[in-house]
Amino acid sequence: MRFGVVRFPGTWSDLDCFHVLSEVYGQEVRYVWHRETDLSDLDCVILPGGFSYGDYLRPGAIARFSPVMAAVADFAAAGKLVLGICNGFQILCEAGLLPGALLRNNHLQFRCQWVYLRVENVETPFTLSCVQGQVLKIPISHGDGNYFADPETLAELERTGRVVFRYATPAGEVTPEANPNGSLNNIAGIINRAGNVLGMMPHPERASEEVLGSADGRYIWDSIIRWADGRHPA
Amino acid sequence: MTWLARVYVTLKPVVNDPQGLTIRQALADLGFGSVRQVRSGKYFEIQLEAPDRDAAEAQVDAFCRRLLANPVIEDYRFEVEQLSPARA
Repeated sequence: MRFGVVRFPGTWSDLDCFHVLSEVYGQEVRYVWHRETDLSDLDCVILPGGFSYGDYLRPGAIARFSPVMAAVADFAAAGKLVLGICNGFQILCEAGLLPGALLRNNHLQFRCQWVYLRVENVETPFTLSCVQGQVLKIPISHGDGNYFADPETLAELERTGRVVFRYATPAGEVTPEANPNGSLNNIAGIINRAGNVLGMMPHPERASEEVLGSADGRYIWDSIIRWADGRHPA
Repeated sequence: MTWLARVYVTLKPVVNDPQGLTIRQALADLGFGSVRQVRSGKYFEIQLEAPDRDAAEAQVDAFCRRLLANPVIEDYRFEVEQLSPARA
């Protein structure tokens, strides 16, 4: 399958995503500049982390109007996979491709640390290699990861299994202490109604090789590749 | 004619505002015991061209809805003031 890694001015995790997909997984990958509008050669688009447009106004608020985002919306509407990581998650929310918003962390600190994610839904293209309730060790690195949605939206996300990852203890208990930013219901990642657009604050690309302290991010890449292989058998 | 819009973007009342809480605590630490609540927000001054007040206000409202405020978490309000008279 062929991945695209989008680069906005201020994106900083593009190289890591490219490295993991090309070097660790041997997949075809190309960078997508934010002014591009043709994604027809791609099967999965990654919106990486960083500080697009310096986080001016709100994280993701300017990037969502980059020309590539109209193409990403069409790409998503066609059922292809979109994965937003950190700033990419913020951009997807600003663009309305995912519900809710990411607020300033409740303690106002930028947090760069390991967290543990409990996988809540394994019936998505991004988690089908996981087992229900599995705990993934993956780092966060953000100042605005405090997930917020109005009560109706939150209830719908919960009722329909669209909360995919929750901050938890290493044993998989969802507790206030395991929540690094104040996110409602310890939410670390959600998926759209159609099940092909996932946003998550933690960085799987920074935890895909044992030498980095965890390779649990591989469950997410494995899932995406397995899902695509299932649809387009070699 | 040219108009000046003053735009205020604030977090919705239901959204927690840790910056406001921290500022309130700092004011209390400085001895300002009268402070009951602080809500932080953003302020913009925008100069724009429009034929009349209604048109100016309609434009600024669109600026807010499209970009300046995120309706999921923020409210906005604004006022417009005429800066230069219409050309004869």
